[in-house]
Amino acid sequence: MGIPGGAKLRRVARFLLFSTIALALGGCTLPTFGGFRGATTQGQAEFKLWSWMTMAGLVVAAIVWGLILWAVIAYRRRDPDKMPRQFHSNAFVEVIYTAVPLIIIGVIFFYTVKTENTVDALAPHPAVTVRVTGFQWGWSFSYRDPQGKQIALVETAQARPPVLAGNPTSAEYPQFVLPLGETTQIVLESADVVHGFYIPAFNFSRYALPGVTNNFDFTPVHTGVFAGHCAQYCGLYHAEMLFSVRVVRPGAFQAWLSTQPASGAAT
Amino acid sequence: MTLLADRPAVVEEGSDHEHGAGPSGFLKWVTSTDHKVIGKNYTVTAVIFFLLAGAMAMLIRAQLANPDSTLLSQHTYNEMFTMHGSLMIYLFVGPVAFGGLANYIVPLQIGAPDMAFPRLNALSYWLYLGGGSLMMLGFLTTGSAADFGWVAYAPLSNSINTPGAGPDLWIVALILTGFSAIFTGVNLVTTIYYLRAPGMTMFRMPIFTWNMLVTGILILIAFPVFTSALVLLWCDRHLGAHIFEVSGGGVPVLWQDLFWFFGHPEVYILALPFFGIVTDVIAVFSRKPIFGYRGMVFATMSIAALSTSVWAHHMFTTGVVLLPFFSLMSYLIAVPTGIKFFNWIGTMWRGSVKFDTPMLFAIGFLVTFLLGGVSGILLASPPVDFATHDTYFVVAHFHSVVMSLVMAAFAGFFFWYPKMTGRMLREGLGKATFWLMLVGANVTFLPQYLLGLKGMPRRIAEYAASDGFTTLNRISSAGSVLLFLSVAIFLVNVVVSWWKPIPAGDNPWDASSLEWATSSPPPHHNFLKIPPIRSQRPVWDYNHPEDRIIEHAKARPGGFVASGGVGTVLLADVNVDGEDTLETRDPDR
Amino acid sequence: MKIESYVLLFVGFFFGLVGLVYWLWSHEDAGSVMLLGTFLLGSVPGFYYLWWSRRMRPRPSDDPDATLEDGAGVVGAFPGSSIWPFVLGLGATFVALAFVFGAWTLGVGLFLAVAALVGVVYESRRGGLV
Repeated sequence: MGIPGGAKLRRVARFLLFSTIALALGGCTLPTFGGFRGATTQGQAEFKLWSWMTMAGLVVAAIVWGLILWAVIAYRRRDPDKMPRQFHSNAFVEVIYTAVPLIIIGVIFFYTVKTENTVDALAPHPAVTVRVTGFQWGWSFSYRDPQGKQIALVETAQARPPVLAGNPTSAEYPQFVLPLGETTQIVLESADVVHGFYIPAFNFSRYALPGVTNNFDFTPVHTGVFAGHCAQYCGLYHAEMLFSVRVVRPGAFQAWLSTQPASGAAT
Repeated sequence: MTLLADRPAVVEEGSDHEHGAGPSGFLKWVTSTDHKVIGKNYTVTAVIFFLLAGAMAMLIRAQLANPDSTLLSQHTYNEMFTMHGSLMIYLFVGPVAFGGLANYIVPLQIGAPDMAFPRLNALSYWLYLGGGSLMMLGFLTTGSAADFGWVAYAPLSNSINTPGAGPDLWIVALILTGFSAIFTGVNLVTTIYYLRAPGMTMFRMPIFTWNMLVTGILILIAFPVFTSALVLLWCDRHLGAHIFEVSGGGVPVLWQDLFWFFGHPEVYILALPFFGIVTDVIAVFSRKPIFGYRGMVFATMSIAALSTSVWAHHMFTTGVVLLPFFSLMSYLIAVPTGIKFFNWIGTMWRGSVKFDTPMLFAIGFLVTFLLGGVSGILLASPPVDFATHDTYFVVAHFHSVVMSLVMAAFAGFFFWYPKMTGRMLREGLGKATFWLMLVGANVTFLPQYLLGLKGMPRRIAEYAASDGFTTLNRISSAGSVLLFLSVAIFLVNVVVSWWKPIPAGDNPWDASSLEWATSSPPPHHNFLKIPPIRSQRPVWDYNHPEDRIIEHAKARPGGFVASGGVGTVLLADVNVDGEDTLETRDPDR
Repeated sequence: MKIESYVLLFVGFFFGLVGLVYWLWSHEDAGSVMLLGTFLLGSVPGFYYLWWSRRMRPRPSDDPDATLEDGAGVVGAFPGSSIWPFVLGLGATFVALAFVFGAWTLGVGLFLAVAALVGVVYESRRGGLV
C-alpha cells in the first residue's frame, strides 16, 4: 500500500468532500434513491424531503449496521473458558442514545410538517378544476368552469377492461391533460369502493373515498405523458384501472380543451 | 394470596403419584389442559398455516415473475394475496408467538406450574383451530375464499362487491380467532401477575416474559375493537345495517379507523414477543446479562403505548386524518426502538459472542429489522407516504419487518426446540437455513423497494412489459425460491432430529432463565426443583456462582447465599379425581 | 403487587393524556372514543390493584428476598385434563358456521356449547375426567 494507496485515499476523500458540497449547494443534484424527482411543484417538495430523509436514514442505518458488525466481530468468542465481565448498564451511553434520536426526529418532524403544508396547500383561484371520479374499474375526468359547469369530459371507454393490463399511456386508457406551470385543482370522488388516485411521477396519491370529497392541487413543471394507476385494491380488475396524464403548454391545453365534447366520448 | 388459593387443598402426604399417566395419543391431544401440550399444538398448527401461506406466496411470486402473466386468473390472484396475508398475520405470526412459544415458555420462565386458566387456554386453542379451519374452508365454497385483501376495506367488503360464503367464513373465522386471542391475553396477564415463583419479582422476569405481559395487555386493547368491527361488518352484509355504507348514512372510513386501531397494535403484538426472544438469545450467547434491562422494559411499554396511538398513519392518503399528530406519534416510536437496538448491541459489547444457530438468527433479525425500521420512518412522513402509499415500497417495508420477525421466530424455535423435545436440531442444517433465509429475504424484498419507487402499485395481478417492472420482479421471485429452500431445510432438520435424536440435556445453551432449570422436556407441572431466585438469571447464578450479580444479597436464612445450593422443591403433585393440587413444601420438613 | 398496578396505570395515564390531546386537536369521534376506552382499560384495574396492593400482605413473588419456603402452601388447583374445552370450541365453531350457511348448524353448536358448560361446571365441582 503506502504512498499510492494514500494518494488514492486522498482522491476518494476529495471526491466525497466535493460531492457533499455539491449536494448541500444545489437541490437539483439530490440523489433520487430510485424515486421520481417530481413533475409538479408539490412533487418536487416531496422529493426534496424524501431525498434528505433517505440520506439521513441510510447514515443512521450504516452506523447501526457498523456497530452490529463491530460488536459481532470484535467480541466473538475466542477463548471458551474466559468469562466476560458481567456488567449490565452504562447510564451515560443510555442517555445519549435516547436523546440523539429525539433530536433527529424533532428535526425530521419540522421539515415533514413544512413539506406537508406545501403539498397540501390549495390555491384560492386554480386555473383549472378537474373533478375526478374513480369507479370499478376506470376513471372519469370532468373539466369544470368556475361555475361548476362541465366543459369537457374524458373517461374510461370500456365498462369491462381488456383481459390484460396494457401500457397506462396507451389509447386504451383515458388520458387527461394539464397545463404547464398553472395550478389545477383536482376534486376527487369515488362512485363505489375505495380507489387510489396515484401518479408516480407526481409523487402523489390520494384515496377516492366514498362519501368524501378530496381536493388537492397540481402545478406541473415538466411537459410529458405520465402513467397513472389505481393504488388501492378495489376488486377484480384493480390491475387494469389505468390512466395517464399529459402535461402541455397552456396554449396547447386551451386548444385541446376546445376540441373536447362536453358530454363525454361518443362510446 | 394467589388467585386460586381458596380452592380446597387436597394433598396426600408422601404421595409419589407418577404424572403424565393421563390419556395419551389422540385423546391427550384433545383433552390436555397442560400449557406445554397446548403450546406445542399451537406451534405445529401455526407452522402448518405458515407453510400454506408460504405456498401462496410462491404462487404470487410465480405470477409476477413475468409481465402479462396468465398463470393465475385475476380472481385467483386476488384470493391468493388475501389469504396469504390473512394466514400469515392472523393465523401464523401472532398465534405462534402468544399461543405457541409464550404459552410454552412463559409459565416455565416464572416458575409456574401451568397457565392461570388451563381450560380457557385449551379453549383458546380450539377456537383458533376452528377459526383457522373455517377460513381455509372458503377455498371449498362455490364462490371463492375471501378476496378483499387482508384489511377488508369497506365498502369493497360489503355483500354486493364481495358476495358469497368465502368472505363470510373469513369474518366468522376471525371472530373466533379474535376471542381465542383475547382469552390468551387474559391468561398471559393473569399468569404473569399471579403465578410467579417466590422471589421472582417483576423486575427479575426475563425480557421475553415482560414482552409477553405487554403483548397480553396490547391484545386486550386491540382485539376487542377488531372483533366488534367484524360483527358490525357481518351486520352490514346480512342485516343491511349500513354502518360502513354511504347509501344508508354510514361512514366507510370508520372501518379503516376501527381496523387500524386494531391493525397497528397488532403489528406490535406480532413484534414484541420476537423482540423478547432476540433479547434473551443475544444475552445467552454473549454470556452477559441484558444491557439496560429496565430501559428495555420501559422501551417495550412505550412502544406498545405509542403503537396504539398511530393507527391513522395507514390512512394518510384518505385526506381525512390529522396528519401532524399521527406523524409525530409514529416518529416517536423510533426512540424506544432505537433504545432496544442499542441495548441489543450493548449486550454483545465486551461479551463473548458465540454463533450458534439461534444467535445467527437473532443477528439476522437485527440486520433485517433495521431496514424495515428505517423505511418505516420514511413512511411515517405524510408527504413521502403520499408518494409511496399502496406501492411495493410499502410491501417491501413491512416484509422487511415481518421477515425479520420470522427470523426471530426461528431463533426461538432453534433456542427452545431442545427444551420442548429434549432433542437438538442439527447445527449445520440450521446454519444453512439461516444463510438462505437472510440472503433470500433481502434478495426478495430489496428489489420491491425499488419497484415501489418506480410506481408499481401493490395487489396488482399483472403488469405490462412496457411498465419496466420485469427485471426487478424476476430478481424478487428468484429470492423467494431461496426462502422456500431455507424453510424446506428447516423441515428436514426437524425430521432428522426425530430420526436420529441428539439428546439435549437440561441446559444445552448455558442459558440463564428458569426454564433451563427443569428437564427437557419438562415434567407435568414443570418443576421438580427450582433454584433460588436472587436475580434476573437464577440458573446462571446457580451454574456460575463466581459470575453472578446479586442485587438483594441480604443473606436471609434459607436464601441463596446462606444455603448456596439447590433450593426447595415443588413436589406435591397429586391427582385426586383428576384435579391436581400443587403444593410447595419446605425440603427440611 | 405495586409494579403490576403501575404497569396498568401507565396504560391509563398514557391514553388519558393522548386521548385528551387527540380530542382537543382533531375533534374526531371514533379515535377519541377508542382512546377513552383504552384509558379505562388501563386505569380501572390499575387503580383497583393499587388500592388492593396497599391492603394486602406482600406476596413472596413481590419480595426480592423471598425463599421458596416462603411460598409454601397451596399454589392452586389445576385440571389434569378435560374434554370440555374441545367440546365448547367445536360448539362455538358450529355456531359460527350458522352465521354463514344458515341456521341448521346453530342447534348442533348450541347443544355442544351447553353440554360443555354443564360438563365443565360439574367437572370443577366434583373433579374427575368426564
